[in-house]
Amino acid sequence: MIGARPTYGMAVMELAKHREDLMVVTGDVSTSAGLDRFRKTYPEKFVDVGIAEQNMIGVAAGLADNGYNVFTVTFAPFQVLRCLDQIKVDLAYSNIKVTMTGLASGLINGPLGNTHCCIEDVGALRSIPNLTIVSPADGVGIVKTVFASAESDQPIYIRLTGGSNNPIVYHDDINFQIGKAIEIEPGNDLTIFAAGTMVFNSLQAAKILAEKGISASVWDMHTIKPIDEAAVRKAADKNKLIVTVEEHNVIGGLSSAVSEYLSSYKGNSSQLSIGIDDFFPKPGDYPFMLKQCGLTPEQIAQNILSSLE
Amino acid sequence: MIDNALIKKIETAALEVRRKFLDIAFGMSPKPLHFGGGLSTVDILATLYFGVMNYDVNNPTWENRDRFFLSKGHSVLGYYITLAKAGFITDEELLTYGQNETFLPGHPVINKEKGIESTNGSLGMGLSVGIGNALAAKKKNLSYKSYVLMGDGECNEGSVWEAVMAAPHFKLDNLIAIVDRNSFQQTGAGSDIMEIGDLREKFSSFGWHTVEINGHNVADIIMALNEDTSGKPRAIVAKTIKGKGFSFSEGNNAWHHAVLTKKLYSLGITECGGD
Repeated sequence: MIGARPTYGMAVMELAKHREDLMVVTGDVSTSAGLDRFRKTYPEKFVDVGIAEQNMIGVAAGLADNGYNVFTVTFAPFQVLRCLDQIKVDLAYSNIKVTMTGLASGLINGPLGNTHCCIEDVGALRSIPNLTIVSPADGVGIVKTVFASAESDQPIYIRLTGGSNNPIVYHDDINFQIGKAIEIEPGNDLTIFAAGTMVFNSLQAAKILAEKGISASVWDMHTIKPIDEAAVRKAADKNKLIVTVEEHNVIGGLSSAVSEYLSSYKGNSSQLSIGIDDFFPKPGDYPFMLKQCGLTPEQIAQNILSSLE
Repeated sequence: MIDNALIKKIETAALEVRRKFLDIAFGMSPKPLHFGGGLSTVDILATLYFGVMNYDVNNPTWENRDRFFLSKGHSVLGYYITLAKAGFITDEELLTYGQNETFLPGHPVINKEKGIESTNGSLGMGLSVGIGNALAAKKKNLSYKSYVLMGDGECNEGSVWEAVMAAPHFKLDNLIAIVDRNSFQQTGAGSDIMEIGDLREKFSSFGWHTVEINGHNVADIIMALNEDTSGKPRAIVAKTIKGKGFSFSEGNNAWHHAVLTKKLYSLGITECGGD
């Protein structure tokens, strides 16, 4: 087990070996981002703009416009909400490719309060055209996402969730493609689409359901925008119940992306949205936060069971 | 010593830009447009494009071209006309300004082939993009310069000061910020809406090399733009008159966003020396 941030730092270190044009721009978070080794090894590829996220995006856009493959990094609320207009104008509207990285998104920063938690980033970004949003499930997912992002032409947001000991979802190499969901667990009775840390919890929930004789398929819907419509169609054709599980407000994120597509698709399935139910949670450690928001494997399983009754 | 012929050439170009400005503004009536702030910057733009900047209209993405960023994106009409005069935009394309489906809307959208280096309109963003470009030049060991034209009203935005802090930190002596100090903003005098005080002193205190000039005096503008300030970014506070060039609009903030009538169009043409 390894945390999202050191994994990200190692992935970017590795990427630097493959890409001459890499440039990392941060807002005074190199240590938090697992980038200290990168900063020391590649000082010429590292720009720290201080605690100034609006400037960070503009500087990143200027560098990217001159041929650099730029990754920006800071904590999710500041990476997205503090500079949302710059993201819209300098990156999306201008079609300038920068990979933005939101550290410690979701609820992991629970002890620090809701200034540092981030349950709004996907919702805010998803309404901006010309942006890709990826929320990897574990360390393997993060490495794959970092490398795939470097190859992409479109501005991308990488949403990192979870803590320093994220459980492993993928024990082997995976075929990872932005926009293409991965069916991890096959199942017949219902389909679960999950993103980020909630992929592991959904797999655990599926085990609990299996003990009760319910067979759930679990998908890693790592790309929230563009949503994998083929995967949603497949689920709608097969099952009456589609479940979305995310460490995000139920408004604006994975749940919304799936239901927006489902509402235009002729099917008989209904959707259960599991996420943070549009409130600011009380502060606390990560297990407390997940429990408060109904996101433990047991709660996810129970929620699904109730909706099947 | 500045070449008098060059000054004359730039002054003539600026006059032609103002004349074209009237034609387009009148052609658009009864639709309003950003008039005053589009005229205070005409002499600065003419000096940049016809006396200072290195660029090649036949190779608009030439790696070592000087870059210009119109951070005060609403000052766009004088900018489009200048780009047309420089040869990036055809006269026919220029006439699509304000029309449906145009690539020349009321605030500029990045379009390298047409010489438009960045998207602007939401204020307070251009200087940061200029810093990114200037940093890229340093990292690539290229000699091009990045020029950013800002408004004094725009300096109300906090993001401006994030960028003002960063440029000296990165020792960007290849970055030049020009503040169009026309002392007005959308709804009134800057001193009434939000007093920003002594801009020269403010930039200096952040570590910039600063100079205050008459933003309509071509010789002053050329000197300020060509000054050597090794190690420091340069800020030029250009004192200007909003609506410069026409008696009815000079210093009159009613012309921030306004409609040009036939009567005033004719007066303006006369004041341009036309008939």
